[in-house]
Amino acid sequence: MNWTELDTWIVITGVLVCLACALPGAFLMLNRQSMLGDGISHAVLPGLAIAFLLTHSRDILPMVVGAVVAGVLTAVLTQAVQRFGQVESGAALGVVFCGLFATGLILIRVASDRVDLDADCVLYGSIETAVVDVARVPRVALISGGLFLVNALLTVLFYKELRLAAFDPALATTLGFNADAIRLGLTLVASVTTVLAFESVGSILVIAMLVVPAATASLLTSNLSRLLVTAMLFAAASAVLGHIGAITLPGFAGRLLGHPGLGATSSAAMMAVTAGILFLLVWVFSMWRDSHGRPQRSTPT
Amino acid sequence: MEKRLLPAANSLMNRARQFIPIGLLALLLGLLAWLLNRADSPIGHTHGPGETHANEVRVSRRSGKSITDTGIQWPSREKLWRTLTLADYNTRVVFAGVTALGAAGGLVGTFLLLRKRSLLSDTVSHCTLPGIALAFLIGESMGISGRSLPLLLFGATVTGVLGMMSVAAIRAKSRIKDDAALAIVLSVFFGLGIALLVVIQQLPTGNAAGLAHFIYGKAASMTAGDARLIFFASVAVALVCAALFKEFKLLCFDTDFARTQGWPTLALDLALMGLVVAVTVIGLQAVGLLLVVALLIVPAAAARFWSHRLGVTMLLASLIGAISGLVGVAASALFPKLPAGAVIVLSSVLCFSVSFFFGAKRGLLVRWLDQRRVAARVARQHLLRALYEWCESQALQHLGDPLQLLDRPVPIAELRQANHWNLARLTRLLRLGAAEGLIIWNPDSHACHLSAEGKLEARRVTRNHRLWETYLLHYADVAPQHIHHNADQIEHVIEPNIVNELEELLAGREGGALVPADPEKTTSANSDTPS
Repeated sequence: MNWTELDTWIVITGVLVCLACALPGAFLMLNRQSMLGDGISHAVLPGLAIAFLLTHSRDILPMVVGAVVAGVLTAVLTQAVQRFGQVESGAALGVVFCGLFATGLILIRVASDRVDLDADCVLYGSIETAVVDVARVPRVALISGGLFLVNALLTVLFYKELRLAAFDPALATTLGFNADAIRLGLTLVASVTTVLAFESVGSILVIAMLVVPAATASLLTSNLSRLLVTAMLFAAASAVLGHIGAITLPGFAGRLLGHPGLGATSSAAMMAVTAGILFLLVWVFSMWRDSHGRPQRSTPT
Repeated sequence: MEKRLLPAANSLMNRARQFIPIGLLALLLGLLAWLLNRADSPIGHTHGPGETHANEVRVSRRSGKSITDTGIQWPSREKLWRTLTLADYNTRVVFAGVTALGAAGGLVGTFLLLRKRSLLSDTVSHCTLPGIALAFLIGESMGISGRSLPLLLFGATVTGVLGMMSVAAIRAKSRIKDDAALAIVLSVFFGLGIALLVVIQQLPTGNAAGLAHFIYGKAASMTAGDARLIFFASVAVALVCAALFKEFKLLCFDTDFARTQGWPTLALDLALMGLVVAVTVIGLQAVGLLLVVALLIVPAAAARFWSHRLGVTMLLASLIGAISGLVGVAASALFPKLPAGAVIVLSSVLCFSVSFFFGAKRGLLVRWLDQRRVAARVARQHLLRALYEWCESQALQHLGDPLQLLDRPVPIAELRQANHWNLARLTRLLRLGAAEGLIIWNPDSHACHLSAEGKLEARRVTRNHRLWETYLLHYADVAPQHIHHNADQIEHVIEPNIVNELEELLAGREGGALVPADPEKTTSANSDTPS
């Protein structure tokens, strides 16, 4: 294993992105909106494409604005289709994000001669090339750090409201917090997070990190604050282990299969896979504990 | 003789009616099969798919020189004609294949929608990616060409089923909720697939370009063999749907009942999920794994707006799916740069939007009109009752002839005051009532009175209202202060048979009066309220 400064930056960026996603992801999970992350990550495509077509540039600002509009549009349209069309929520989300994603694909293809935008880069991301930067601290690391700080701050500030809206929206509304507004705000934060994170790590990592660490933590604890901390621990662990896996595993497997000299694979993808493996381990552990151990409640690792 | 024959004929008719959608479907499929075989001419066969594709590329390159800044070129008239008349064998096969695929997706999707598991198809489609990549790797290392379609599709099926089972296991064996289970499996499997794809790209024989087709689809440039595979697999899926129609119907609408009747619900559920995997896998090539989910979700969701009957819904869903498939393939044959999958999805989303607003049964417009109609009826009945009650109060005060009760002209101002209505609303109501012939009212005059028809209706409405109030008071033990509001809501929807029952129930109490006296007033006058 050949660890360079680049690897350090990849891990730092990865950890920051994962932490930034895990916080809103936990509340999405509690609101039973986990698939919204998947929907948004597909649906931002037309927003990006339109932003490109209008500005002819890859500046971060118009891109973020376009994507956030598309992300919020996904959530609002899904709600509208569900409520006014009496369509089941899953199907409503499916219709909306499929439509938006297809629009985005066509727009990108139509504009492909003018704009250097590839659907692949949206979907897979490339943390490896993103950290190659002229500055001493790569731009993506700064963005991810800022994103994490903002999300952490918002979580702390609106902890009470978010918790109330997640567990008892009716009570929240009677107490004078508009549960719908809080959920919309959460959707907004999730869209911004998805968009800012996709640039560096791609949508797979975003979807995985929105849901998997929170779900893993929920197997271990029922206490919300502990759940958030545990989820962040799992997110960070997946990022570190994922990158190590990405640079070591292909070479290892390649030697076994007779293809020596295989390089690293996608770090973002391996981070998602690692999160899945951690989930599997914790799941097996929790099943074992339920059947053998004393009935314990909420013991975070 | 006749009596014995009639039920038999009736049940036969009922059974035949059940088979209408299936029969129509069979007709559609037969038409497609005919299309497929119509000119299986030697020219068509020698005119290979690669050749046509190369031609297209050359044409587009030549004509595209001048307008490089727009990605889409208009097709030549000759090409438009050839595509629309299905002149090329290859085009014909691809059209048939994708159309059948859309129809099969609509059929399976309807069941999936009714089971409320639409997003499961999203997860399954993402789960196929690692299977494709693994199949490629295994194929390469065993010396088979990693690009053989059956091998790749087999791999896709294996991980698709595995992903589906993971979702079921997480749902059953942990406290993770449905949506989170779907998202976890989706992202982890897709991540694994991408990780493997990146590795494949580094292999000397690699070149994952062929595999990229599975992500975005390549409907128009499919070979005849691939398209034929899609066609026959779709027909098989549709046939399974038709054969298990009754079983799936029961499963969707009442699983518990099916289980108590001894149906193997678990096996049926697995069969349905198997069909979902099948449609996903065969759709991968044409639409791509990111959008194949739309084949299963969108047509079914659109068809639901048009009918409450399952058979009709399924037929419509398969029709919408088939049309979307046709449009998508045609578009991508005419404009090679357009992604076919996206066009297929967009055309079905367009069908969905139209259905959403104009669907005959659940469409927004229809339901809005229904609501307006009900609101108008309620308002009209309130007006009639107000008129009746005013006349009644006058008759009580002035001891007028009860038979002439309803002939009095009612002053508008008093009507307004008694019911706290605003003038504009009252005027609108009066105009509506006059237009329907229930009220005789001259816009210039300050009074109106009931027509013969209006008298009957007013009497009926007031009677229903009071019957219900009396019932609530004496049988449901509702406090007298509350009965009026409650009866206000129920009087509009009360059915004649319930009115009869109420009459029988209350027969002893009101002495068979044509319209019982207002129980609210009589009880409040008596001051001792029954509890």
